[in-house]
Amino acid sequence: MRKHYTISGEDFSAAGEASSDFKAVLKKLGIDPTVIRRISIAMYEAEINTIIHGGGGECDAEISGKSICVTFRDNGPGIPDVNLAMQEGWSTAGEHIRELGFGAGMGLPNMKKYTDDMTIDTAPGQGTTITLIINL
Amino acid sequence: MTYFHSVILDRDKCHGCTNCISHCPTEAIRVKNGKAKIIKERCIDCGECIKVCQAHAKKAAADSFDMLNQFDYNIALPAPSFYGQFRNDLSVNKILTAFIKIGFDDVFEVARGAEYISAATRRLLMEGNLKKPVISSACPAVLRLIRERFPNLLPNILPLVSPMEAAAMLARKQAHEKTGIPDERIGVFFITPCPAKVTSIKVPLTLEKSNVSGAIAAKDAFGRIRPIVETVEEQPLGVSGREGISWARSGGECKGTGVEDYMAVDGIHNVITVLEEIEYGKVNTVEFIELSACTSGCSGGALNITNPFLAARRTTQQSKKTELKEPENLNVDSLAWQKTVTGKPTAMLDDDLEEAMRKMEQMDEIFERLPKIDCGSCGAPTCKALAEDIVRGFGSETDCIFRMRERIGELARELYEMKKRNGKE
Repeated sequence: MRKHYTISGEDFSAAGEASSDFKAVLKKLGIDPTVIRRISIAMYEAEINTIIHGGGGECDAEISGKSICVTFRDNGPGIPDVNLAMQEGWSTAGEHIRELGFGAGMGLPNMKKYTDDMTIDTAPGQGTTITLIINL
Repeated sequence: MTYFHSVILDRDKCHGCTNCISHCPTEAIRVKNGKAKIIKERCIDCGECIKVCQAHAKKAAADSFDMLNQFDYNIALPAPSFYGQFRNDLSVNKILTAFIKIGFDDVFEVARGAEYISAATRRLLMEGNLKKPVISSACPAVLRLIRERFPNLLPNILPLVSPMEAAAMLARKQAHEKTGIPDERIGVFFITPCPAKVTSIKVPLTLEKSNVSGAIAAKDAFGRIRPIVETVEEQPLGVSGREGISWARSGGECKGTGVEDYMAVDGIHNVITVLEEIEYGKVNTVEFIELSACTSGCSGGALNITNPFLAARRTTQQSKKTELKEPENLNVDSLAWQKTVTGKPTAMLDDDLEEAMRKMEQMDEIFERLPKIDCGSCGAPTCKALAEDIVRGFGSETDCIFRMRERIGELARELYEMKKRNGKE
């Protein structure tokens, strides 16, 4: 089954709503609590990135008997150096974002850490698509 | 599976309004045929519905004073929050002595038990083998909430019994040594601020059997004590210090942990939002988190009399008058859980994933047709909850008055069309 979420940019008051809704869905489906925890953390990070860096975007989540696959797509500036962005603590978030408690540079590393597979499709000026997969 | 719940409904008093359904943190109440109905699997006995019910139809099944007749020797165990029910210049000793006057043979402060739990907590935190953030296990409603909705966080819970159980153990031991009366003839009665404690005595999650014999509602004890407490000639019965009495309000337990980085959260809806944050891994560096289902901690319990904030202030004043009193002969092992708490998720739509997904999709389709205003007229707390009830087979789309109106409109149009056709024939 699929779930679709639209993530509006720069709206921090709505940050985490997609992850939170999807977490509730997974609980209703009876998915293993440790899997729920992993996907929730990864998804929350991706959702925040979509808001901060992507200026909003779309999220599609799909659950099959074998896996959970969540895709975040934005039309933001893209990531110029993915290897650098994957380093813990590296962040391009501005001061006003950091003041809100975000931008610690743990987003992408955490997404990788908590999922079985993570792919980044990005290029400067072409937006970013992140796919997170957890096997069931 | 059978469930015991201390929160019960007086059907005759229930108006069938929607106050309780919209305040229940676990969406455990529905109004059916004009009366509230508690879904037993979901209720955590937090007492929110008791607090908001204007018809006083929600009650707690606490024990009565008659139960004292079953034992040869009875000990009252007042919760620290009980002290806050009286004016703050009234001494703790006067309150404790009043329990003897109303028929108890002895009194033992839960605040003293709390001091043992604080000391044991400090020891365990210092040993450093607990998963952080360590979550307090003192509030039984929160414990049940975590078991149902946040099973991921069960390994974070402090594996120590509640101050009430600690106090009951100590009181029993002391009474047996003093009187020689066998344990089974000793009655230990907790003077409870909340229904969740009643449930934790009848069906304990962390012990094979509770050390407490019964629970008397704080308001019932208050009714008996209030007329005599001012004039009673006080005896020096109080043994607890400021650390134990502080447990009456939110933040009191945290102070006794000895850690620098802690958080105290009160109010069940706040507790849920913080548990969500913990699940997201956002508070991993915090050492200790105290969670109380009631606003202002146990002072805000549904079975208390006094305003939670006034009561909390009073216990703060009372605790200032006492010293720090370290427990004697602390035995951490004796305060540990006897059994582990396992998750009991109640949200699942079906045991089979494929079937659960089918139901979820069906639920989404139904939800799209509902007005999404969460008015509660259907008897479910939200439109989403109604959609779920329908899929689970407990409701129908026409329970929604807006859907019903649409359906009547459709029927009226069909009838009109039928009449027109018949007229032509």
